[in-house]
Amino acid sequence: MFITRRVDFSASHVCSQPLLSEAENRTLYGPAANPKGHGHNYVLEVTLDGEPDPLTGMVFDVKRLKDVLNEAVVEPMDHRFLNREVRPFDRVVPTPENVAVEIWNRLEPYFRGAKVRLHNVRLFETEDLYVDYGGDAA
Amino acid sequence: MIRLTRRYRFSASHRLHSAELSEEANAHLYGKCNNPFGHGHDYQLEVTVGGPVDHNTGQVVNPATLDALVTQYVLQDVSNRNLNEEVAEFVSRVPTSENLMAVIEERLRGGWKSVFPGEWPFLDRIRLHETKKNTFEWHA
Repeated sequence: MFITRRVDFSASHVCSQPLLSEAENRTLYGPAANPKGHGHNYVLEVTLDGEPDPLTGMVFDVKRLKDVLNEAVVEPMDHRFLNREVRPFDRVVPTPENVAVEIWNRLEPYFRGAKVRLHNVRLFETEDLYVDYGGDAA
Repeated sequence: MIRLTRRYRFSASHRLHSAELSEEANAHLYGKCNNPFGHGHDYQLEVTVGGPVDHNTGQVVNPATLDALVTQYVLQDVSNRNLNEEVAEFVSRVPTSENLMAVIEERLRGGWKSVFPGEWPFLDRIRLHETKKNTFEWHA
């Protein structure tokens, strides 16, 4: 059974590569390359895979899940400039793909050894653009 | 592997009517959707691509490139159109959302290699929301 918890956070970022010129970055990333940055209301949906515990009737305590999401994602990223304040985005371009992978990497250890498995991270950068990541970035 | 989904919106009109069926059978089968004057929807189209994240760009796909493909092959021909009368495929096919999604899939696949010649990104999923209540989905 899958359970999904949604949280949101707001953050600013710049999509650009240091080895490219400003014009090249503009061509590649469009307005997202503006060096001063811009922001999004990110919406994150985290899905766990597991079976309900026979005693509690729960796959995972969603209060606990809420705390995990706050600690691993919202606290460090909400109202931050990702490139300047959240590692590894000082050196990794904070595209929605890379932010989703980083969120996966931060969350996955919380569920090691638990009866549930982190199944999917869905990150909405806007209502009209989202990425899904289930591990194995390749 | 990561998947990126873009949502597009377009409005179009259609009439569900099969040339193979009688007037009565059409009216019975398609109900309100058989109204001879047609009707319309604000469709939402979700296009999902999959592949690895490029180490340099941090992207599985450049959203602007995907937008250009979807616009050229789909949106510019269906947006604010009468599907039955203005989209070639529906001269002979009933523009149900199932058929509309099949046409969208054919069109995207038709243009795909000209824009994305490599193995990645691949077309992974198409979702078509006819209304908030009716959603149609295709997986590769």
